[in-house]
Amino acid sequence: MATGFDPSGRLPDFFTSTSTSSFTQFLSQAAPELLPGRRPLPPGLSADIAPHGTTIVAIATTDGVVMAGDRRATMGNLIASRDIRKVHPADAYSLIGIAGTAGIGIELIRLFQVELEHYEKIEGAMLSLDGKANRLAAMVRGNLGAAMQGLAVVPLFAGFDLAPAEGVRPGRIWSFDVAGGIYEETGYEAIGSGSLFAKSALKKRYRAGVSTEDAITLAVEALYDAADDDTATGGPDVIRKIYPVVMTATAAGTHRLSDEEITTVAERVVAGRHENPGG
Amino acid sequence: MAMQFYASPEQVQRDRSEYARKGIARGRSAVVLTYEGGVLLVAENITTLRKISEIYDKIAFAAVGRYNEFEALRRGGVRMADMVGLSYDRRDVTARALANTYTQTLGAIFSETQKPYEVEICVAQVGATPAADELYRITYDGSVMDEPGFMAMGGQAEAIGNVLRDRHDPTAELTVALSLASEALGSIGGENGQPRQLTDKQLEVAVLDRRRPGRAFRRLTGAALTTLLGHEAVSDADLGEVDAAPPAPAEGKPTESAASEDTEK
Repeated sequence: MATGFDPSGRLPDFFTSTSTSSFTQFLSQAAPELLPGRRPLPPGLSADIAPHGTTIVAIATTDGVVMAGDRRATMGNLIASRDIRKVHPADAYSLIGIAGTAGIGIELIRLFQVELEHYEKIEGAMLSLDGKANRLAAMVRGNLGAAMQGLAVVPLFAGFDLAPAEGVRPGRIWSFDVAGGIYEETGYEAIGSGSLFAKSALKKRYRAGVSTEDAITLAVEALYDAADDDTATGGPDVIRKIYPVVMTATAAGTHRLSDEEITTVAERVVAGRHENPGG
Repeated sequence: MAMQFYASPEQVQRDRSEYARKGIARGRSAVVLTYEGGVLLVAENITTLRKISEIYDKIAFAAVGRYNEFEALRRGGVRMADMVGLSYDRRDVTARALANTYTQTLGAIFSETQKPYEVEICVAQVGATPAADELYRITYDGSVMDEPGFMAMGGQAEAIGNVLRDRHDPTAELTVALSLASEALGSIGGENGQPRQLTDKQLEVAVLDRRRPGRAFRRLTGAALTTLLGHEAVSDADLGEVDAAPPAPAEGKPTESAASEDTEK
């Protein structure tokens, strides 16, 4: 059994307390060692001890959002993984992608997924999309100490807003900084080492009101451009058939493009680049 | 000095049991039974406060008795399940482990504190077949029973249980199982021993859907419930929602700030 149980086997009081509906707040009492950012780190910079995840892009469309991530993780000049998955569903209507120290990022995603589901079960209601984003910002903030020692991780959060304000598109995107700063983006956003090139590509090609189908192609193109100029971003691997992970969040919920769907898009993009390498 | 009267441990236990039993008998009842497509949980409940809820992917919780007490136990169960699922894997969260924790907790409360909890709870886990379903009944004193496919809790649990025992069929369709559950709950509490006809407004209904991947818990309300109570089948896709009401609609307030909308004017 997990930590925090007294010898009688009885649930400790903080398990049954009604003071919070947040799983991370509960963990800070029950098992603080499960929270990233609560572990003591040796002094010094430790940026190169663990793999780094790289580029993620998100695009707002007419009926939701598209998020795509390349498959590479690097350690210095080495490729640590060719098929890491950095874009995940956060809950039924939202997506999260990570860039930075992969281990901490994946832990952050797992914790955030449980955080959202936990709130649903405790309260019987879903958090608002803004509420989810603010909660994620607080979790990133908790990692500031580790970030200052080189183990930084920055998420990208996007989702379909079930109850948007009037005149606001339901597909919304937020970016964050290591200090827990939270910024809502309009249209598109990218994070990670290749984000400069991905955003430059999107700046020229993104138009408000793009369809989800077109946005999927745009996202794969942007990742291609990032991989073209950034060694830490992986391009489409036609030899091994490893293509970006692309997910959508719409009124129908989240969806990960199947291998066949993404292969079709990626091969079309690669074929286009045979004609014109600059896209 | 005040006289300390001696009370034997047996007497103390009996008094506490009687107190807890009386408290539970005051409330309305609930039944849990397996059917072909999963586990059905039905409680007689006219309020919006819930007696039935989701704990984890394949696990649900039903309770009768004092609301504040079983709500605390429910939260504890959700927290424990989520913590175990995060530390190990989602597949490692089991109803038996939860039932063990509940029995320890209720047992300790019963023997150590002045007032026992006036609750009776059920932890249900849906399996691949009706035979693999698990139903655990945990009572106010911490005793736990592994129930054979159906169970009734609350005031006249025995009478309700008898109706279920005679007619429960683990291979029945959802409509059949639901009408049995509603008849069983309605078999008591009528005037002159007459059965009552319960409507969708008086019932809180949820299922653990055997065929659904991931979170199997679905709460049946509104049109789907009315249709099912009218002995008509409902397609799997319309079978209730995951237990999460959508958020309240946003107003014009800028969301970066924590200030109220009227301060923006």
